[in-house]
Amino acid sequence: MAGTANPTAASFEAGAHDNGGASEIKLVSQRQRAWRTFRSNRTAVIGLGMVVAIVLVGVFAPLIAPYAPNEQSTINRLAQPSASHWLGRDDYGRDILSRVIYGTRVALLVGILSVLLGGVFGTAIGVIAGYFRGKLDTVLMRLVDILLSFPDLITGLLVMAVLGAGLPKLIIAIALTITPRFARIAYGPTLAIKEKEFVEAAKALGQNNRRILTRHILPNVSGELIVLASLWTASAIRLEASLSFIGLGVKPPTATWGQMIRDGVTYLTDHPWFSLAPGIALLITVFAFNLVGDGLRDVLDPRSRS
Amino acid sequence: MLRHIFRRLLLAIPTLLVVVTIIFLVVRVIPGNPAVAALGEYASQDAVNKLEQQLGLDKPKWVQYVDYMNALAHGDLGKSMINRRPAIDQIKFVLPYTLELTAAAILIALILGIPTGVLTAVKRNTWVDYTGRVFSLAGLSAPSFYVGLLFIYFFAARLGWFPAIGAGDFHHLGKNLQTLVLPAITLGLIETAYIARMTRSVMLGVLSEDYVRTARAKGLAERIVLSQHAIRAALIPIVSLVGIFTISLIGNSVLVETVFARPGLGKLMVGAANQRDYTMLQAVMVVYALIIIVINIVVDIIYTVVDPRVRYD
Repeated sequence: MAGTANPTAASFEAGAHDNGGASEIKLVSQRQRAWRTFRSNRTAVIGLGMVVAIVLVGVFAPLIAPYAPNEQSTINRLAQPSASHWLGRDDYGRDILSRVIYGTRVALLVGILSVLLGGVFGTAIGVIAGYFRGKLDTVLMRLVDILLSFPDLITGLLVMAVLGAGLPKLIIAIALTITPRFARIAYGPTLAIKEKEFVEAAKALGQNNRRILTRHILPNVSGELIVLASLWTASAIRLEASLSFIGLGVKPPTATWGQMIRDGVTYLTDHPWFSLAPGIALLITVFAFNLVGDGLRDVLDPRSRS
Repeated sequence: MLRHIFRRLLLAIPTLLVVVTIIFLVVRVIPGNPAVAALGEYASQDAVNKLEQQLGLDKPKWVQYVDYMNALAHGDLGKSMINRRPAIDQIKFVLPYTLELTAAAILIALILGIPTGVLTAVKRNTWVDYTGRVFSLAGLSAPSFYVGLLFIYFFAARLGWFPAIGAGDFHHLGKNLQTLVLPAITLGLIETAYIARMTRSVMLGVLSEDYVRTARAKGLAERIVLSQHAIRAALIPIVSLVGIFTISLIGNSVLVETVFARPGLGKLMVGAANQRDYTMLQAVMVVYALIIIVINIVVDIIYTVVDPRVRYD
């Protein structure tokens, strides 16, 4: 996502603020500087490495997992860890390690899709409200503020309670908590950018609103949004696990970390890995996305550029 | 000042009306029929009709809305669809447990979070900063229910120091406090991470201000510079962030109450959601909305008190 959106933003900024020929050179150096700042942040690079590894685990889950995630064996239910089942088996006799590995898929799918969905809608709301102002602005941003004042978990819980369990509904519920955040962040810069000369110039040239919004406003607000997207992917994954833990997530028997932690609570004393293992996977994943987001934020934050 | 508080309270009324209306819309209108949902898809039409009648769901939506608002105005939050008891009674019963838990957690978070934030900012780019930051990022990454689970595993199941779940009633203070320790530390530690991060970034901003440089230049001891100049100034923006912090605290308290099987608003809400008890869910949501609005007002007022630059009249 960052790879496709960033160049447009950078090339546009360069084209808009600088004159002609110099923009090519500056464009490259700006991006290189950003990458260099990111690379010099050791923890961020470690985070990026972790995210890549986690994505690979999710994509190649069928190759990595020793067993199928839903392969049951009632005779062997709650078997302790052994050479063939490193983390033991759960209450249906399913291999815990394989389920933890497959759980990566739901976590990433929900995390990434809900942020994409919330990002598209939220950015649209923020940019449209900021650009057109008026009553629409007041109504939209008031709703955004109200949504923002509620904890994600409570909003997500209410929506899931009403919609019922299921993967698409879960993505919608989480996207709903992400939408106002994007709207809030996109709104401020839009107000500032719409007053800039190049927007005036575009208007004077007779460009319509749609073109101004997509070609001039959007590329200029997207930088910060991309940074925050990685932080919010972390919170989306955590929210998915939290809702699954409460019992309002994806329908069983799909392997999800939150659901596994919930199922394992009953057996915590004698079979701690049942709950603890998926929790470690969850913790590492959220931590990795947070590390990347923190690193990206440092790249954008001029205070840390010394 | 009083006028400002009064105005702030007046302004909260339309917000509350909008929020309460949204809750009504989400719960009653969008999904279709709460009676079917409560009774299950295979319930007989008779049973559904009967429940609809009891709940007033057979009336037109706008009549339902007027009834609902009218009841709310009289402090009536409706009856639970499952046990038919007034929702307000159950909320009154669990509310003290939630307040007790959140108050303890806030205390822990402030005591640990602010010094950690100040320390990591002052010792920027040293191992102290590094360790503090990794820990606070880990705290932000850790879902509160999982931290709670780890505590239950180590301190209750393994070591047996504290009871794993439940809560003691307020008549037996010893038992009550004993059951409070683990959940309060869980919630408190998660929030410590938030506060420490906020404090660090605010302090970094303050430390680069000219007046801090001046204070150092005139030869003040670093201790004085920090306590008299930097930390004081940093506290103002931190107060304004308390609102955000409290919102995350309320969200996490739902999970902590669930994992520790502690009575509370959050656990009541989770139970209602799982049982599809829509009136109860709606009632708890309204109470949460009220709490959140009150918190925002309080933060706003504190802000005007601590920051003399803010004047509203």
